[in-house]
Amino acid sequence: MPLFRAHVQVSLRPSVLDPAGEATRAAAIRLGVEGIRKLRIGKSVELELEAPDRATAQRELERLSDRLLANPVIEDWQLSLSEVEQQP
Amino acid sequence: MTVGIVVFPGSNCDRDVRWALEGCLQLSTRFLWHEERDLSGIDAVVLPGGFSYGDYLRCGAIARFAPVLEAVRDFAEDGGPVLGICNGFQVLTEMGLLPGALTRNQHLHFICDNTELVVQPQRCVWLQGYGSGQKIQLPIAHGEGRYQCDPAQLEQLDGQGQIVLRYAANPNGSTGDVAGLCNPAGNVLGLMPHPERACDPQLGGTDGRALLASLLGAQVAV
Repeated sequence: MPLFRAHVQVSLRPSVLDPAGEATRAAAIRLGVEGIRKLRIGKSVELELEAPDRATAQRELERLSDRLLANPVIEDWQLSLSEVEQQP
Repeated sequence: MTVGIVVFPGSNCDRDVRWALEGCLQLSTRFLWHEERDLSGIDAVVLPGGFSYGDYLRCGAIARFAPVLEAVRDFAEDGGPVLGICNGFQVLTEMGLLPGALTRNQHLHFICDNTELVVQPQRCVWLQGYGSGQKIQLPIAHGEGRYQCDPAQLEQLDGQGQIVLRYAANPNGSTGDVAGLCNPAGNVLGLMPHPERACDPQLGGTDGRALLASLLGAQVAV
């Protein structure tokens, strides 16, 4: 069965306060890194999935992203997908 | 003799440490707010447990940049005794005062339990009240206490006598059963178990008394 490699990037919606990001920005200033205008923390999920075809893989990963990896109330997600070339 | 107890936003064992030192061992303490830089008159420093700065990013990652820790780093490099308990241990590794890192427990559970520890052959100033091979009981309470470093580093730490406390039955998947670690000079100790919760007989055990008392030269019955 074809193997697909996917990357799901989960990020907080712009309207949602990110205290962890703000604390990290404050620490960056203490480290001496100046000029950071924005710092928001999300999640990066790498995964591999077996599926009969690309359309099925896409559909399953969309379901996973929307129902498990992200909470659409507060988070947006982006999915990128590629097929892994397998040795015969 | 005054022990400084660092207080970060999110520390929650600072008062336990104060009780253990003042109430149980009759020592004087001073809280050091995270923005303080003045350690004058301080003879030892404790970084207590808790969730400093919410443990955002990684446990101890933000605390590392607290102004008070610049002073603590100088204090440690001058040979001053520094003790990091639980979150304090995580902060010491993020600061680079101790090597390695503490990560999510192997089986994902937050573990709140009594554990048996074996004191290793060592010359850490905080552990001189214990004998080599002595078994002691201390409580643990952590979700991210699995010690990690690469095998070569573990071997080096072992060879230099820096692994000072090991779990008798590894609860969290720590590499090398590491529960506590000291720096090569022996004045900086980090450990996941909570000695301050094993000082008052009413809490069910007093095996932590000798740890908090040892560097102070106090003679304490364990």
